[in-house]
Amino acid sequence: MNRTVRIAAGQGFWGDWLEAPVRQVRGGPIDYLMMDYLAEVTMSIMQKQRSRDPAMGYARDFIPLMERMLPDVVGKGVRVVTNAGGVNPRGCAEAVLAAARKLGLQGKVRVGLVTGDDILGRLDELLAKGHPLKDLDSGRPLTDIRDKVLSANAYLGLAPIVEALARGANVIVTGRVTDTGLTLGPLVHEFGWARDDWDRIAAGTIAGHIIECGAQSSGGNLMRDWRKVRGLENPGFPIAEARSDGSFAITKHPGTGGVVNLASVKEQLVYEMGDPHNYITPDGVADFTSIQLRQAGKDRVEVSGIRGGPRTDKLKVSIAYFYGYKAVGTLVYSWPDAYEKARRADQVLRGRLRDLGLEFEQVLTEFVGVNATHGRLAGAPSPDLAEVQLRIGVRARERAPVERFTREIAPLVLTGPPSVTGFAGGRPAVEEIVAYWPALIDRTEIEPHVHVDVLQA
Amino acid sequence: MSTSTSSRRSRGRAAPPARPPARLQLHLLAHARSGDKGDTANVGLIALEPEYYPVLVKEVTRARVARHFRGMVSGVERFELPNLGALNFLLHGALDGGGTISLKTDAQGKVYSTALLRMEIPVPAALARRARRGAS
Repeated sequence: MNRTVRIAAGQGFWGDWLEAPVRQVRGGPIDYLMMDYLAEVTMSIMQKQRSRDPAMGYARDFIPLMERMLPDVVGKGVRVVTNAGGVNPRGCAEAVLAAARKLGLQGKVRVGLVTGDDILGRLDELLAKGHPLKDLDSGRPLTDIRDKVLSANAYLGLAPIVEALARGANVIVTGRVTDTGLTLGPLVHEFGWARDDWDRIAAGTIAGHIIECGAQSSGGNLMRDWRKVRGLENPGFPIAEARSDGSFAITKHPGTGGVVNLASVKEQLVYEMGDPHNYITPDGVADFTSIQLRQAGKDRVEVSGIRGGPRTDKLKVSIAYFYGYKAVGTLVYSWPDAYEKARRADQVLRGRLRDLGLEFEQVLTEFVGVNATHGRLAGAPSPDLAEVQLRIGVRARERAPVERFTREIAPLVLTGPPSVTGFAGGRPAVEEIVAYWPALIDRTEIEPHVHVDVLQA
Repeated sequence: MSTSTSSRRSRGRAAPPARPPARLQLHLLAHARSGDKGDTANVGLIALEPEYYPVLVKEVTRARVARHFRGMVSGVERFELPNLGALNFLLHGALDGGGTISLKTDAQGKVYSTALLRMEIPVPAALARRARRGAS
């Protein structure tokens, strides 16, 4: 069977280009629109918003987008799969239903609502049952920071998405489903792949990985020959055209900018890569060293040969916890001797912070234009630099020293080295730090709690 | 090699001078993208041409990358992806705590890729000429 299923990427993160999903739906034939909203710390931001307003906690941008797209989505029979639900998928699903009613699309929108990833309310029960939820990086047990936890979500895989599709949902709203599961789920539904057909599961996972960051695989942020990338004013977001044998092509709509070539796909493949032999997801383990790429025409790369292995008995859990406070202040020093002036200003500021007896976990100085991105690898700066930005960040567990720091930047303008500007933005803001705590849990503790509702507009 | 050079000379042909290997910055041989996982940055280093890949495998060693980033990272791992003509490096402890904790401009390691491309490696002279031509 040569049937292809076309899955189009609409958003690569919460804050991605708002025109992209609309153009994906209108720019040519697609079967699915996949929108990934959740980065590691996104859940904690949503949790914070929900604590202020119980109706919030999801990617709000998604609703006005759906208001624009729903008539086309319904008219063309496109199905939308997204993790925009964040920590409040039910609130998100209800907002989609309200949008559908407002557009007079009653009876035409069935929202699949996936819940059960949120384990914040079960943490103590899980700890008591002997799940330490250790930080995968430091090995510390969760009890160390239990009272500071703001959100806790297990990464779900393809199963609830397949169930929602099988029950006729045309808009699927989830919480913490893996980025790749949003692509893999529709493929398993369409092709009826067995859940233990590890090579095909890996293939669908890698298709998902290639398109989950939006235009980052179709010419955006492309390093190789970047000057030759045309039309980024209207970047074509990637589309995976998948076949039942697990092979697929990456392409984009005709008439859009950007480029799909070996370089653009390779750069995305290595993005955030760990051990390439073991790309672990809830649904299987993909081997990136098996991927074969071939340029198969303009803006078209064929992907095949993918192998995979069995899923593990654990699911990853993403926990966000309150860590402390930080602030970053900046000032700009101009020629002549810009760098020297900025360094002296840094000295003066640090001296004052010391004299005030303020204690910080860290004070970090970077000189933008000299060493902010490459550190000492950048070498000695030209003595003739037109300007240097002094950028000082501080972090503390307590708010007070950070608050005081934010009041010590402006005085440097009149009390420090000369030819300084760039303070129009006012005092830097004190930011609350919500940190990320990745852990593992037995999948048997999570999967029985995963639930799919199909709600009709 | 010196033997063959001298034998060519003895037959009176114009021999190319024996060139020592050139030193080339990686940006002439590879492109790259980086990302983060916690306090670890990864850099995927991708050969610009298939014949550059074996040179990358041989010269861009784990130890050399660790030396390149000394003082900036706490440990380096290397993986090979011959199918993509790519190496993947994990740079542990590279992000000053990483994620939201880090105070760095590049808290998510987005441009560690280009920091690796500053590294110089020895390259056979003919390949260096080709790489320089390709870059111009």
